[in-house]
Amino acid sequence: MIKLTTPISNDDIKLLKSGEKVLISGIIYTARDQAHLRLIKELTLPFEIDGSTIFYVGPTPKREGFSIGSSGPTSSYRMDKLAVPLMERGLKLMIGKGDRSEEFRLEMIKNNSCYLIATGGIGALLSSKIVSSELILYEDLGAEAVYKLEVKDFPCFVAYDIYGNNIFKDN
Amino acid sequence: MRTIELSNVTNIVKESVIKINYELDNSLVALIQKAKSSESKEISKSILSDILDNQDIAREGNIPLCQDTGIVVVFLEVGTEVKINGDIYEAINKGVRLGYSEGYLRKSVVNHPFIRVNTKDNSPAIIHTKLVSGDKIKLHIAAKGGGSENMSTVVMLTPTEGIDGVKKLVLDTIFNAGGKPCPPIIVGIGIGGNFEKSAVLAKEALLRELDDSSKDKTIKQLEDELYTEINKLGVGPMGVGGDTTCLAVKINYFPMHIASLPVAINIQCHSARHIEVIL
Repeated sequence: MIKLTTPISNDDIKLLKSGEKVLISGIIYTARDQAHLRLIKELTLPFEIDGSTIFYVGPTPKREGFSIGSSGPTSSYRMDKLAVPLMERGLKLMIGKGDRSEEFRLEMIKNNSCYLIATGGIGALLSSKIVSSELILYEDLGAEAVYKLEVKDFPCFVAYDIYGNNIFKDN
Repeated sequence: MRTIELSNVTNIVKESVIKINYELDNSLVALIQKAKSSESKEISKSILSDILDNQDIAREGNIPLCQDTGIVVVFLEVGTEVKINGDIYEAINKGVRLGYSEGYLRKSVVNHPFIRVNTKDNSPAIIHTKLVSGDKIKLHIAAKGGGSENMSTVVMLTPTEGIDGVKKLVLDTIFNAGGKPCPPIIVGIGIGGNFEKSAVLAKEALLRELDDSSKDKTIKQLEDELYTEINKLGVGPMGVGGDTTCLAVKINYFPMHIASLPVAINIQCHSARHIEVIL
């Protein structure tokens, strides 16, 4: 098991091997389909994309006294093409669920980034690892807006690593 | 004639959508526990263990099981001796609107295929209606997530492809879906009818009791064989491999045209959320 703290460096990426459990702490950002469409057109972003982590999630509304609502990963394959320009700008980690395209995987290796999976359908458990959430972009998108999250020991598994391994193919 | 107040329909829908999004059915929890105890791969066992912990946290912590709290699907059976004053579809949608607002559930419905503006209250529900005898109304209410629905399919096989053709289609569909529909899954299969009937049969199959079997001997055998063969595919929990790919296989069928063998496969994620209520 590896513990990582954001922002993520190239040396961090070298540590990650497919199948291994990773606990992430620090700041991560949420984005799904519609937010990606907009993010790739932005010339400047309100957060540092270099070394950043994006979590593919659209949480449920938060209750009074909670840091966030239920927050599990959505399927990553829908963001395959849209993730490439962000990786080219320094996006290091993507957290989602499920297998992705071969084109994405090769682009990911080329850009020295890494794809992690969190378990789908356990949004209640995962929300307990999120310390705080703050809306930073695209409020009109509702659950699909971009949130800045502070996480503590957020549990993931390495799905694709830079060495060419794939958790979905190697099992 | 028995009059049923639409406010009761609204209330029961509201309470049901909240309840199913916070509490996993005990029979499903028992199946996941059983799968966990027989799972041989360590990472897969740990995922099943997290799924079990998650449903405890959701039940006790007042937080939905999954962030995708679904689009609402209702199978509505109306007795012919029931009198309804007003629009029952509107009453159901009102229940959805109230439940998704008061229950802190995600609004996951958009208005148009391309404009895609959120309706902001998770309405409208998808409602299938049947007239039956009697003086009651039965609602089978489900909250269906998008990830598993996206991996579902309808294929028009030719009659001579037969059981082997159906088996190959089911196994290929589930193998290719991999981790995307959040396995361990429940597989609903509709065979026969026509194009749209097969899809409705598949959805209805997903709402059956987890421990039942088809009353038809051939269909039951196919359910059993598919259950075993799907679990040999090695997809495993969330697609990471292992012995646990599906928790149950349910097949519903209907007579069909001599030229056709329609097959619909509707995939349900491990968070199977539905309830039956009678008014």
